[in-house]
Amino acid sequence: MVLKSILTAAAAATAALTIAGAANAGILDDVKKKGHLQCGVNTGLTGFSAPNDKGKWEGFDVDFCRAMSAAIFGDADKVKYTPLTSKERFTALQSGEIDVLARNTTWTFTRDVNLGLEFIGNNYVDGQGFMIRKDLGVKSAKELDGASVCIQTGTTTELNLADFFRSNNMKFKSVVFEKADEIRAAYDAGRCDVYTTDRSGLAAQRSLLKKPDDHVVLPEVVSKEPLGPVVRHGQSEWGDVARWTLFALIVAEELGVTSANVDQMKSSKNPEVLRLLGVEGKMGEQLGVRQDWAYQIVKSVGNYGEIYERHVGVNTPLKLERGLNAQWTKGGLLYAPPFR
Amino acid sequence: MAASSEAQSSAPSVSLWNDPKKRALIYQAIVMIALIIVAAYIINNTAANLEKRGIASGFGFLQSPAGFDVGMSPFLKYDAAKATHGTVLTVGILNTLLVAFTGIVIATVLGFIMGVLRLSSNWLVSKLAYLYVEITRNIPLLLQLLFWYFAVLGTLPSKRDSISIFDLFFLNIEGLFGPLPIPQDGFWMVGMGLIVAIVAVIFIKKWAQKRQDETGQPFPVFWVSLALLIALPLIGAAIAGFPLEFEHPQQNRFGLRGGMIILPEFAALVLGLSLYTAGFIAEIVRAGIQAISRGQTEAAYALGVKPGITMRLIIIPQALRVIVPPLTSQYLNLTKNSSLAVAIGGAEIVAIFAGTSLNQAGQAIEIIAITMAFYLTVSLLISMFMNWYNRKIALVER
Ligand SMILES: N[C@@H](CCC(=O)N[C@@H](CS)C(=O)NCC(=O)O)C(=O)O
Repeated sequence: MVLKSILTAAAAATAALTIAGAANAGILDDVKKKGHLQCGVNTGLTGFSAPNDKGKWEGFDVDFCRAMSAAIFGDADKVKYTPLTSKERFTALQSGEIDVLARNTTWTFTRDVNLGLEFIGNNYVDGQGFMIRKDLGVKSAKELDGASVCIQTGTTTELNLADFFRSNNMKFKSVVFEKADEIRAAYDAGRCDVYTTDRSGLAAQRSLLKKPDDHVVLPEVVSKEPLGPVVRHGQSEWGDVARWTLFALIVAEELGVTSANVDQMKSSKNPEVLRLLGVEGKMGEQLGVRQDWAYQIVKSVGNYGEIYERHVGVNTPLKLERGLNAQWTKGGLLYAPPFR
Repeated sequence: MAASSEAQSSAPSVSLWNDPKKRALIYQAIVMIALIIVAAYIINNTAANLEKRGIASGFGFLQSPAGFDVGMSPFLKYDAAKATHGTVLTVGILNTLLVAFTGIVIATVLGFIMGVLRLSSNWLVSKLAYLYVEITRNIPLLLQLLFWYFAVLGTLPSKRDSISIFDLFFLNIEGLFGPLPIPQDGFWMVGMGLIVAIVAVIFIKKWAQKRQDETGQPFPVFWVSLALLIALPLIGAAIAGFPLEFEHPQQNRFGLRGGMIILPEFAALVLGLSLYTAGFIAEIVRAGIQAISRGQTEAAYALGVKPGITMRLIIIPQALRVIVPPLTSQYLNLTKNSSLAVAIGGAEIVAIFAGTSLNQAGQAIEIIAITMAFYLTVSLLISMFMNWYNRKIALVER
């Protein structure tokens, strides 16, 4: 009995030591060693990340994970997904349960500085909006005094909501849920007048309501929501892999490299295209991934524009215009540093 | 015993290691030291890792602004503009205690009724109670909560056709609305009335007991006490000129606002928790009553004691001794199960503090530690109270 407790204590001490050791090794090496990427995604937000009818994860954020997997393994399918609510996501990343978080997460000061996170860029620039039943006749968010509002816990949404009503001298009653589908059910049942979240999220949720056409998204955009993938603080090499995966997607679109023409593009006359696709230079090697990493990304996942149109663009149920997420050359904010 | 220890002390001195008592002491000391080292190591390691990963630590976040709204705060005026994470913690604690208290009261009453009905000689009644027990005990609580929440939401009328009860109470999908009593000047008279009534009740109870012991004359303590508890505060109110005003809910563009409100999330949570726990309590009560030998009842009847009094004064007091210990663990379960509120938009400590505050402030370790300390304290308090009660009703051997 006594001996047993000594042994247990010793085992616990060894375990603690090993954990401390593991935290020091590079994530990229770990990922290569275990042979897959552990990616934190939404529990289910159509267009961004949701399992399809065959149980395979699909969506805009999911494709970012697949692009990273293609860059590291030359195979976009070496990803394991961890569905996370907005509340759970940061703890999962901090504790090392996931390697990267791609889950429409807003880049804010507190999260970047206090939470031990590192935002590697934006893959969708958004803002918070309000959705309401058409028959209430509300035309502007300034008319929402006294409304009851459904929100998701652990989001920037709940903070912006309090700020917006406070600065407009209005009152609200919040009904707070943990999961997106719980909010949708409650909103559809009429438990609250308003559903507020990122406008992209609203578009996704609206497409799943019983009667999407009975609801409108009000014109006001009440916040800046720069969404993007996140890694742990203090892992700069791994952060570089994630960051340049995102930039490769953006630059590929800018340079006109698509999944359809990527093979021809290997003999392009544009030196930046050649560097991007790994025909010239040693970028892949320097990044610690495959030499043809960006070729693999575009070949199997497509460029940023292709991913956008496939999952959230105007031809999907979400019907989102490119807007701010167009290339900088087309009046949007998408801007990636040069590949040189 | 005494002989053997004498034998040992007179024996030639054995080495430390061969003396089982001393050896045990050495073992314990080693384990203790190892434990302390491990604990120190873990704490140190955690702090170092938090620092390395740039995660803030410490308890300062309790004073920093929370910035979000909590769905329900009946005791404290919660203002998202001023609230800190400390306020959120307070609201979470109060809400959890409210849910636990209401849940325990309802579950106990319902559980006792179901447990007694289960033993009814009426076939239908006993089978219905049996059905209730089996259904509530065998379906996972989370499912029951979701069922009640969405069943409640589904059956409540929409905001535009709320059900009005005497034009005082209104029921719709946003909850049950009613007038909120607001005490005015002179309300202390009512409180005075209540205090006087309570003191009077204690005295009457003592006096009645004494009189019954001396003369055998029973006194209707319960009814007299009830009358006093109602009448004295009322008299106080009358003297002060009924110092109570009511805030009635008002209709605005979106629905009823103001007044007193019971939210569907709270109702579903309390309902789900109490129905579930009552199933277990019913079984405990049934087992407790069955543990009392049938001879007790027969003996009482033989002495001409009426069935009601037999149950109340002979069977139940004895059964309680069997019932109370397992009942305590049901109370603890109910309290801890209230954390399932997260699934249905409830606003207790796990949802708003260990959930939202944790996410917004990012200090998982501190917040989880506070939350665990809270549950531990409440559980210990409930256990202490129930142990006290158990001792009070325990068999006094004369
Ligand atoms: N961008 C905001 C909100 C992100 C968020 O959680 N959005 C919700 C509503 S659109 C969501 O994605 N829910 C899906 C889920 O819970 O799986 C943030 O980072 O705090």
